[in-house]
Amino acid sequence: MNDMTPTREEREAKLQGMGCKRKRVEDVRFTQGRGQYVDDLKLPGMLFGDFVRSTYAHARIKKIDASAALALPGVKAVLTAADLKPLNLHYMPTLAGDVQAVLADEKVLFQGQEVAFVIAEDRYVAADAAELVEVEYEELPPLVDPFQAMAEDAPLLREDIKDKTEGAHGPRKHYNHIFDWQIGDKTGTDAAFQGADVTIKEMLSYHRTHPSPLETCQCVASMDKIRGELTLWGTFQAPHVIRTVASMLAGIPEHKVHVIAPDIGGGFGNKVGAYPGYICSVVASIVLGVPVKWVEDRMENLSTTSFARDYHMTTELAATKDGKITAMRVHVLADHGAFDACADPSKWPAGFMNICTGSYDIPVAHLAVDGVYTNKAPGGVAYRCSFRVTEAVYAIERAIEILAQKLGMDSAELRMKNFIKAEQFPYQSALGWEYDSGDYHTAMRKALDTVGYDALRAEQTAKRDAFRRGETREIMGIGISFFTEIVGAGPTRNCDILGIGMFDSAEIRIHPTGGVIARMGTKSQGQGHETTYAQIIATELGIPADDIMIEEGNTDTAPYGLGTYGSRSTPVAGAATAVAARKIKAKAQMIAAHMLEVHHDDVEFDIDGFRVKGLPEKRKSMKEIVWAAYNQPPPNMEPGLEAVSYYDPPNMTYPFGAYLCVMDIDVDTGVYKVRRFYALDDCGTRINPMIIEGQVHGGLTEAFAVAMGQEIRYDEQGNVMGASFMDFFLPTAVETPVWETDHTVTPSPHHPIGAKGVGESPHVGGVPCFSNAVNDAFAFLGSTHIQMPHDHWRIWKAARALGA
Amino acid sequence: MIPANFAYHRPSTIEEAVGLLASLGEEARALAGGFSLIPMMKLRLAAPEALVDLSRIAALKGVREEGPEIVVGAMTTQHQLMSDPIIAAKVPLIPETSAVIADPQIRYRGTLGGNVANGDPGNDMPAVMMTLDATYVLAGPNGTRSVKARGFYEGAYFTAAEPGEILTEIRIPTPAPGAGYAYEKLKRKVGDYATAAAAVQLTMKASTVETIAIGLTNVSETPLLAQDAMTILAGSRLEPEVVDRAVAAAEAITNPASDGRGPAEYRTAMAGIMLRRALARAASRAQG
Ligand SMILES: Cc1cc2nc3c(=O)[nH]c(=O)nc-3n(C[C@H](O)[C@H](O)[C@H](O)COP(=O)(O)OP(=O)(O)OC[C@H]3O[C@@H](n4cnc5c(N)ncnc54)[C@H](O)[C@@H]3O)c2cc1C
Repeated sequence: MNDMTPTREEREAKLQGMGCKRKRVEDVRFTQGRGQYVDDLKLPGMLFGDFVRSTYAHARIKKIDASAALALPGVKAVLTAADLKPLNLHYMPTLAGDVQAVLADEKVLFQGQEVAFVIAEDRYVAADAAELVEVEYEELPPLVDPFQAMAEDAPLLREDIKDKTEGAHGPRKHYNHIFDWQIGDKTGTDAAFQGADVTIKEMLSYHRTHPSPLETCQCVASMDKIRGELTLWGTFQAPHVIRTVASMLAGIPEHKVHVIAPDIGGGFGNKVGAYPGYICSVVASIVLGVPVKWVEDRMENLSTTSFARDYHMTTELAATKDGKITAMRVHVLADHGAFDACADPSKWPAGFMNICTGSYDIPVAHLAVDGVYTNKAPGGVAYRCSFRVTEAVYAIERAIEILAQKLGMDSAELRMKNFIKAEQFPYQSALGWEYDSGDYHTAMRKALDTVGYDALRAEQTAKRDAFRRGETREIMGIGISFFTEIVGAGPTRNCDILGIGMFDSAEIRIHPTGGVIARMGTKSQGQGHETTYAQIIATELGIPADDIMIEEGNTDTAPYGLGTYGSRSTPVAGAATAVAARKIKAKAQMIAAHMLEVHHDDVEFDIDGFRVKGLPEKRKSMKEIVWAAYNQPPPNMEPGLEAVSYYDPPNMTYPFGAYLCVMDIDVDTGVYKVRRFYALDDCGTRINPMIIEGQVHGGLTEAFAVAMGQEIRYDEQGNVMGASFMDFFLPTAVETPVWETDHTVTPSPHHPIGAKGVGESPHVGGVPCFSNAVNDAFAFLGSTHIQMPHDHWRIWKAARALGA
Repeated sequence: MIPANFAYHRPSTIEEAVGLLASLGEEARALAGGFSLIPMMKLRLAAPEALVDLSRIAALKGVREEGPEIVVGAMTTQHQLMSDPIIAAKVPLIPETSAVIADPQIRYRGTLGGNVANGDPGNDMPAVMMTLDATYVLAGPNGTRSVKARGFYEGAYFTAAEPGEILTEIRIPTPAPGAGYAYEKLKRKVGDYATAAAAVQLTMKASTVETIAIGLTNVSETPLLAQDAMTILAGSRLEPEVVDRAVAAAEAITNPASDGRGPAEYRTAMAGIMLRRALARAASRAQG
């Protein structure tokens, strides 16, 4: 070998495969303003739609008069429920088995509800016309408090289903009741509580918030009446599902519906479901025969499309007096707003809330969830989390702290005592999950050692003494959270959306000179799929990542998949990518053996080619093999080099992590300062550490926002309060704490490359960590639980109530 | 989020602007930096039929000293106030306030004139101008007149300015050398209006307060001059019990709205805390 021959390390580095901090390829266009978003689309003759929205939370519509709007030059049409009724499109099915009004039919059920759709030449005329549509309302009493929803004299909200005693998930107890979902061993749990040494019970409210991506929801519908084809561009996290829904609703065969999700500016769950804006644009385009664009503004986004959380979780733990947890019991009152439009797998009305036993070996548990209607916007989406996992982790991680306080035990020690042990994996949880892998003790110990936990507690003790002596008005909180996520939905045996199993897919095509195009059924909204999927293929096939182009979002070219949410892209489509690559690799091995004139068992893969076992200098590079695949394939072998995989995961994956937050709070103002935040994440095999770090930073920032003030508030009349960025807390760089990241690696045993998904972990683990820090700060004054969000005035109020 | 239709004018002299406003009538509005007016128009809370953009009127810009006064042109931006040497040397309370208004982008366009003419209780400069006892010069169809900042604010979005009048300059009595000052503002995040804020300008002699003025932001329909608190503190040595009494007197004149920043009781209490902190900082800066 001469000096010019690259070393193994150099060959490996050139691939920029798994484990490489490869720069995000999509950022080249994003940072130069060259992304192509829905609103960049301009088509000849395109019209613009805008909604007339309800000013009331609950009212009967007496009359809609659109004559003044129609008289305005440039206005083409005004749609109301009366126009949609003959098409049977005034209601649309939701992912949760309910129906949602597309345009309000006789009644409005939340402020901001879609009442009429104005279509005009441009968005300025549309906005003027929307103001001119006169709607006459008769006000009805609003139902805002979910705890009053099932009262005997509660106002009846859903007249359309008032006689339905069976909902999509079983019997309904009241006309405002949606479902009662129960899981676990009730008798066993009750018995364990009866005989317990110590029990705790607390109502933990997780307030209503919103995913608030920077780009709002939007679409362009274009019906070609000659071809009978509909093209729908939109901000879709799940474009293939949207195509199926559009085909079913519009009665256009699926192959004649083209759904295209271009670049998306953040989703966080906001862009999974179908919204009235999509349906109205499609109908308008069908009626008018020209493309119609609909773009939400910020206030519409925050106040109408898909809130998150609004779970009120009465959480109980039972334990022995030395701190072994013996049972858990949770009842959730779930506020779903006016329609049940939760984006969960069909059989899971409360998502994966039954992961609420967390990281602990709890022998018996019971969970019951009651969903109710209120006069608020519909939604209930998984805001940067896998279906209600954030709520579940909040419940258990607050409850652990409350139990530790009652036991007089350090909460880190209580966690260590109850963790599922490394040797217990795969672990069957009391509420029905099989955790794939984990090493919680190691992760927790590493976290505590890195932050110097004991010294922090000593400092806190000293500060508390100084506070008691009146020497300072500042108190210190140490928040811990140890979370286990459940992501990668999911096995088709128990996860589907509208009956379609939640597999995902990848198709890889290698061209003669080695350039690769690969397409997946998922859709990045900023996660960096174009970078990371290419890294998987690079390592699997020995082709440089820079030679691999990833494409998603066009339903005509990409294989069918269920989309990107619930951290499912890497666990499901990432697995499909590896499996498809391995199919190609197997063929490449045959070709290499043929080229090297040996039996295929006598060649082995070697970074970027195949070599003869024991004769490393006898090798063929992938480039040569690829060329041969098109040129001189072995006899009886088809030419070409491509593969497709539809991957049905055998199980979910269970990423976990240990987070710690140190916070100082000024009790006079309620102003807090996050002095330190340490996040250890274990997401199994790490594909791109830089992207993981970016995901953790983003998720923690959103977690910080939610815990410390991000809220969709309603007043007693059901008016949405502060649905703009003036009030809705979106931290800037100034407010955002500094993040320290760390990791352990416990691969998933069932995933082809051992990866678990990380995008949502920091949000799931972050929220309880901040909340625990606030609560821990006040614990020495006798407080057990302070509700989120922890904004200045609420912290101040809590301090006051505690006499601080 | 789309404003109603409006006509746009961009005069180059004060006379032309005054003439335009007179001829266009009540539905015309002056446009300065646009960072309060345009959001209101986008929300359709304001729908002026015409805007008269003051940005090209050179006579409305800049800072100068005139005898015992510092004169600031209405179209001087917050950014310019933060970098002007005269202001920095003579009225440091102003840049200290500008720095906590909105964010850099907004401060590049937002003007002192717009901030004080707007009449929004959330604006920070009105209370500061009351504290400094500034005078506003207004030009209208009938010539110019002067109104004290302390008498300018009548209610939320109601001021002593008549329709058709333009604020041309703000005249500030030059504070005595060695005066202490502080602006303390509590807000939820960058770019937020105050939960509560307090401005203090004082002079001290032999550890005794000689003169003092106190303004409060966003805790009532209008900015407030805390007259009783000023009376209590003048001549005192800022003894804790005197400060307590002054803070109570200041809190007593607040009447904040309950909103996303917190309930009224919180905002009143925060006005008190901000005043305490501003007093302490102003006193520590005062010479004498
Ligand atoms: C996100 C955000 C955050 C903000 N935060 C703060 C804050 O923390 N503190 C704060 O004080 N402000 C804040 N503002 C408002 C900002 O400072 C505005 O710039 C200021 O209130 C108005 O000044 P302007 O030059 O932009 O005036 P414009 O918006 O152009 O005008 C405001 C009003 O004053 C009238 N006007 C303007 N100039 C004159 C004149 N010369 N004569 C007569 N009338 C006139 C206009 O007709 C209009 O009614 C914020 C704004 C935004 C968008």
